[in-house]
Amino acid sequence: MSGLQFVRSRSVVLRQTNIDTDQIIPARFLSTTERKGLGRYAFNDWRYLQGDGSAPDEPAPNPAFAFNRPENADRAILLAGRNFGCGSSREHAPWALTDLGLQAIVSSEIADIFRNNALKNGLLPVVLDEADVQALMQRPDDELTVDVRARELRTPDGRAYAFPLDTFAQTCLLEGVDELGYLLARQPQIQIYETHAHEARQHAR
Amino acid sequence: MTAPRTLFDKLWDAHVVVPESEAAPAVLYVDLHLIHEVTSPQAFSELRARGLSPARPERTKATMDHSTPTLPAGEDGKLPYASQASALQVETLARNCAEFGIELFDIGSAQRGIVHVIAPELGFTQPGMTIVCGDSHTSTHGAFGALAFGIGTSEVGHVLATQCLLQRKPRTMAITVEGELAPGVGAKDVILHIIGRIGVNGGTGHVIEYRGSTIRAMDMEQRMTLCNMSIEAGARAGMVAPDETTYAWLARAPRAPGAGIAGSVEFAHARARWSRFVGDEGARFDREVRVDARDIRPTLTWGTHPGTAIAVDAPIPAPADGDEAARKSLDYMGLEPGRALDGTPVDVVFVGSCTNGRLSDMRAVAQVLRGRTVAASVRMLVVPGSEQVKREAEAEGIDAVVRAAGAEWREPGCSMCIAMNGDLVAPGQLAVSTSNRNFEGRQGPGARTLLASPLTAAWAAVNGRVCDPRNQIAAASRKAEAARQTAEVAR
Ligand code: SF4
Repeated sequence: MSGLQFVRSRSVVLRQTNIDTDQIIPARFLSTTERKGLGRYAFNDWRYLQGDGSAPDEPAPNPAFAFNRPENADRAILLAGRNFGCGSSREHAPWALTDLGLQAIVSSEIADIFRNNALKNGLLPVVLDEADVQALMQRPDDELTVDVRARELRTPDGRAYAFPLDTFAQTCLLEGVDELGYLLARQPQIQIYETHAHEARQHAR
Repeated sequence: MTAPRTLFDKLWDAHVVVPESEAAPAVLYVDLHLIHEVTSPQAFSELRARGLSPARPERTKATMDHSTPTLPAGEDGKLPYASQASALQVETLARNCAEFGIELFDIGSAQRGIVHVIAPELGFTQPGMTIVCGDSHTSTHGAFGALAFGIGTSEVGHVLATQCLLQRKPRTMAITVEGELAPGVGAKDVILHIIGRIGVNGGTGHVIEYRGSTIRAMDMEQRMTLCNMSIEAGARAGMVAPDETTYAWLARAPRAPGAGIAGSVEFAHARARWSRFVGDEGARFDREVRVDARDIRPTLTWGTHPGTAIAVDAPIPAPADGDEAARKSLDYMGLEPGRALDGTPVDVVFVGSCTNGRLSDMRAVAQVLRGRTVAASVRMLVVPGSEQVKREAEAEGIDAVVRAAGAEWREPGCSMCIAMNGDLVAPGQLAVSTSNRNFEGRQGPGARTLLASPLTAAWAAVNGRVCDPRNQIAAASRKAEAARQTAEVAR
């Protein structure tokens, strides 16, 4: 993963609240051993008309669905209703969204596991006040800037909205550090922990 | 003296390898790592790509459950997989486990089953442990006083490679339930009631500890049902402090210390260690919720997320002005506000999953089905959560009861809970399901799901529509009483 400092894009709006991971990518598309190419299944059941998806050969796109509108084709920011990403721990959800071209999700609440998974895949979770998200949803054609270093989202008229971002996650994003590398570098400490096994540690036999 | 600590604090403190700081999360040690076919293949690929191998393969246990068929092998000896991709996924797990020396409860193993059913059954799940799995319902294992939570596939790779995870310390929440549950009301109703109250995001950022007399009175299977659905309130994990009920379960578990021999020295040592994992008197939580057990009625969901839980006889709420989500939910479900769910016609009934696929759930269903038949308009599937549950249920004749009633008795697996293996609810059909998620399309494209307890589900199957199990129980006991009196008169 290379460094990511800015996301600059107009946005796609999904007002729906509690968009769960089964909507982001239905379970029947999880029968894969790959992480690539899942964008075609993103929001599958909302995106295609009557396509039952079991044989997603040439399902007809639902023209009313936001991601099918031509003007939204290249947009990298999603403005979504409250509690985005609730449900399962499937990392296929952020894989599908990044494959679809998204780089940031803006919502007034983002579910824990989804947020963790998103950050590991360079997909920025941006949590703002509900009123601010609503205001942004009114102007999807504004080019927004998400600034990872400044931890703020800016609008073309000069407004800036601060959002929380864990320092570690920020460093990982900016420097393209990966967490596994970081953990592997802690192996000496892990070994000490294991040898001086805390008495609470137990072995399954 | 140190400040009193919650159960969560003790679990956390015991597993910190490197404490957290502003700059970095804690490095947390993982005692038990569970994997299944769906969320592990990409983690193994990552390991291979980096030339790594598992640090502690003996601390990872694997099984197959999501994509596996619940119909037996055909005449050709082949299992009826839903797709080639599913079969490949299962094969891939077997290959990865063989290559890296990970114990696998494979197809054909007498211990295979849903990951959250078999680990407690075997005794891998123990108090005081950290337990993770690439599956959000890992919260189930918290029923034993473990810190257990779901992780993503990248993190599966982290645990395989280092036996550790990077974690920020979550906040704590106590949910205290006091009082006796009414007949016909069980653990599933309790957790649906709680989610209905605190909301589908009410636990976000928190680890829940369930406490109070109602919880103490629950057996381990009920506690698992409760902790299982913590994630449906957005919580990272749910837990119950261990007690005699917990130790009695572990005393019979074949892979727990002492190999399930209650009197052994090894077991006694383990027990002494486990018993330290209870919260201290006066420990503070970030948030506290109190629930009166007497307020809990049989509960189901009406909408498309588990937060839409209401009592069976309560009216479906009318959407507030501008609440597009609720309106869309009702539309999808084909339900009308103002009416109770009681009486709603049902097409499919599913009993199973890591929420309610255990022996006590099978027994609850058999109790209703015995001497009755499933309504002609209903398709009912009963899917044991593991090979062990299946074996034990069959030893009690439950399979025969289920079949005689006209329901299908299947092989163990996740089945219609996630509809990945070909078991699905048809578009537009309404299912009463003992699983944990009622999201749009969860049980198949266009499928409509009402979450409920096994008892409520079984009565719905018999009557062809949702009904209040309390009325059914009352009617059944009136009938029994009348029969007794008639018999007495005859004598
Ligand atoms: S039974 Fe359902 S919720 Fe449980 S592990 Fe399987 S798919 Fe997940």
